Amino acid sequence: MADLLRLSVSPHIHSGRSTAGIMRDVLIALAPTAIAGTIIFGLRSLLVIAVCVASCVIFEALFNIITKKEQTVGDLSAALTGLLLALNLPSTAPIWQCAVGSFFAIIIVKCLFGGIGCNLVNPAITARVFMLVAFGSMAKPAFPTIVDTVSGATPLVNMANGNEAPKLTDLLLGLKGGAIGEVCAIALIAGFVYLLIRRVITWHIPTAFVGSVFIFSLFAESFDFTKALAMILSGGLLIGAIFMATDYVTSPATPAGKIIFGVGAGLLTFLIRYFGVYPEGVSFAILFMNILTPYIEAWTARKVFGGKKS
Amino acid sequence: MSFFLKGVHVPHRKSTENKPALRLPVPKTVTIPMAMHIGAPARPTVKVGDNVKVGSLIGEATGAISAPVYASISGKVTKISEIITSNGSKVPAVTIESDGEMLRDEAVCPPSVKSREELVEAIRKSGIVGLGGAGFPTYVKFNVDPAKIEELIINGAECEPYITSDTLTMTERADDMEYALKEIKKYFGIKRVIIGIEANKKKAIASMKALAGKLEGVEVAVLPTLYPQGGEKVLIYHTTKKTVPVGKLPIDVGCVVINCTTLASIGSYLRDGMPLTEKCVTVDGGSVKEPCNVIAPIGAPLSALFELCGGFTSYPEKVLYGGPMMGIAVPDIDAPVLKNTNAVLALTEKEAKLPKTTACIRCGSCTNNCPFGLAAAEILLAYDKKDTERLKALSVEACMECGCCSFLCPANRPLVQTNKLAKILLKEEKAKEANKNG
Repeated sequence: MADLLRLSVSPHIHSGRSTAGIMRDVLIALAPTAIAGTIIFGLRSLLVIAVCVASCVIFEALFNIITKKEQTVGDLSAALTGLLLALNLPSTAPIWQCAVGSFFAIIIVKCLFGGIGCNLVNPAITARVFMLVAFGSMAKPAFPTIVDTVSGATPLVNMANGNEAPKLTDLLLGLKGGAIGEVCAIALIAGFVYLLIRRVITWHIPTAFVGSVFIFSLFAESFDFTKALAMILSGGLLIGAIFMATDYVTSPATPAGKIIFGVGAGLLTFLIRYFGVYPEGVSFAILFMNILTPYIEAWTARKVFGGKKS
Repeated sequence: MSFFLKGVHVPHRKSTENKPALRLPVPKTVTIPMAMHIGAPARPTVKVGDNVKVGSLIGEATGAISAPVYASISGKVTKISEIITSNGSKVPAVTIESDGEMLRDEAVCPPSVKSREELVEAIRKSGIVGLGGAGFPTYVKFNVDPAKIEELIINGAECEPYITSDTLTMTERADDMEYALKEIKKYFGIKRVIIGIEANKKKAIASMKALAGKLEGVEVAVLPTLYPQGGEKVLIYHTTKKTVPVGKLPIDVGCVVINCTTLASIGSYLRDGMPLTEKCVTVDGGSVKEPCNVIAPIGAPLSALFELCGGFTSYPEKVLYGGPMMGIAVPDIDAPVLKNTNAVLALTEKEAKLPKTTACIRCGSCTNNCPFGLAAAEILLAYDKKDTERLKALSVEACMECGCCSFLCPANRPLVQTNKLAKILLKEEKAKEANKNG
């Protein structure tokens, strides 16, 4: 066979980018957040993370075996879904709930719709919303063993009750109640910078999302910068805007579409926070915008160079 | 529309850039296909047993778009056979056995050019075709109303990895280019000539700036080093800001684009009268021991070029005509050097290895990085359903097949490959409809 030459159509080289590589980068970008969460909320955070990651990977592997599909856990997307789900839960979340949430994310939201690339909504976000509704999973927030996301005395609830905005340094460092991965703004922003440098995501969605929440809050708080700033540093906004709203599968691919998606999610988050029953609305906002994504993409399709004006 | 079109940063691997070209010793035999251009194949004008010399006509042009073919060595015609070209069609090929003399045909003398018509005729007779790789007969581009030509664009972008033969033309053959430009400017009255070169080719830029300094109305455009800078419509946009509409030709926006080596070949033909019989080819790739540019007679077997470059370090997995982004894989290591061969690459298994195709994750990198903004992932879905209406709506005909989409796709989906199939599908449909209606 030594003198046979391989024939194929061009191109004959590849950039080396891969799905697994992209997922690995997002996992790396989330590492500071996971570490910060563990320091802030204690070692039980690690247990929540381990259970979610392991169960997501195992559920996907089993699904592929049972349905005789090609094994896809190697693309690391299931592991990423598990990590994102864990980071959206309080460190006190019961283990069995973690497993049920993982099942919902991987099997119901992802695999049953055809696996990676075919899901309509973000698995981790949808599972978080499911757990919120089914178990009231954010009802008993964890507080820093050194606080929770949706209720009690998280910053958002405090502010909703008319209390003073918390200290900015506490918000930046994550010394507040909430889910494992949503409190430490510095770690999340470090992850954002990493993803930008690695060109995994673009600035459009996170900036439009966080920016619009900031501007809407600024108006609502009669231009109190500190409060508006506290609004964007509280709750699940940063992790949502940076890591969940930027999921390729469920967000628009066009730059203009990304801006619309970000601003839409920002507006919905603001409306839910200020006028809704729930103090936090990031998950609902992303979920809703996920559903609008195909329409946004169609509206903002790139004009073909030299093509007729559409 | 943005200032520059999108593109990708491909690896450069231009290791042959600073080495002088080697001349291939006269090969024992050459096999010259009658189709080394787009259009109708030439018809052989010799028979087995005929003696030919360098520059003797061996194939005449046969249609409005065609090109004559000349002998590249002196010797005896030993075979006229059918060979399969890289696009799968069968064409006649003339095999010449060398007498080792490289005798020049006595009829070869500089053409007399005193008018525009004579210049176009000379270019037609020279057998010159688009040497950047496309192989489109060059005289056809000039067979237009001269008043229509606002800009003549010389393509020196050379954006494909490995290839340096155009760079070598710009540094070593500036005099040929100058002569051709003078003649073309004189007879066509072209006011503006733009030589487009990627910014990383410093020596070529210096050489071309020196040339531009000598001629009025000639300028050098230094362009971002971004593949596919050398794509015709990309180059036109970046040098003139003109957009060629989908389905239209450069001349429709007043531009004629020719490759720098094509231009140099016109110059040397006008000066010397020797038609296109040899080609400078970049011989490179991980399997090649000592990569170098090689000047070889057209029809020489690729194996001889590799041998001159020290042979192989390991037997190649793939051998290509042209660059790795748009080049054509060759089934046979003895395949001939063609008129439009600018490089031959021997890739190792590692270089030629492509990742496994997996599911689309809708990252949008195909659309976002397509110079023309085509939605390759959508085209693939539409092609799978053979939905020709949708394919038309997605403007797949606009695809120049540069391959940026496939190169970047993290799932390594067959994007540009499907675009090519989709274009064929639409052409077939059009032909069917034309048959029905006519």
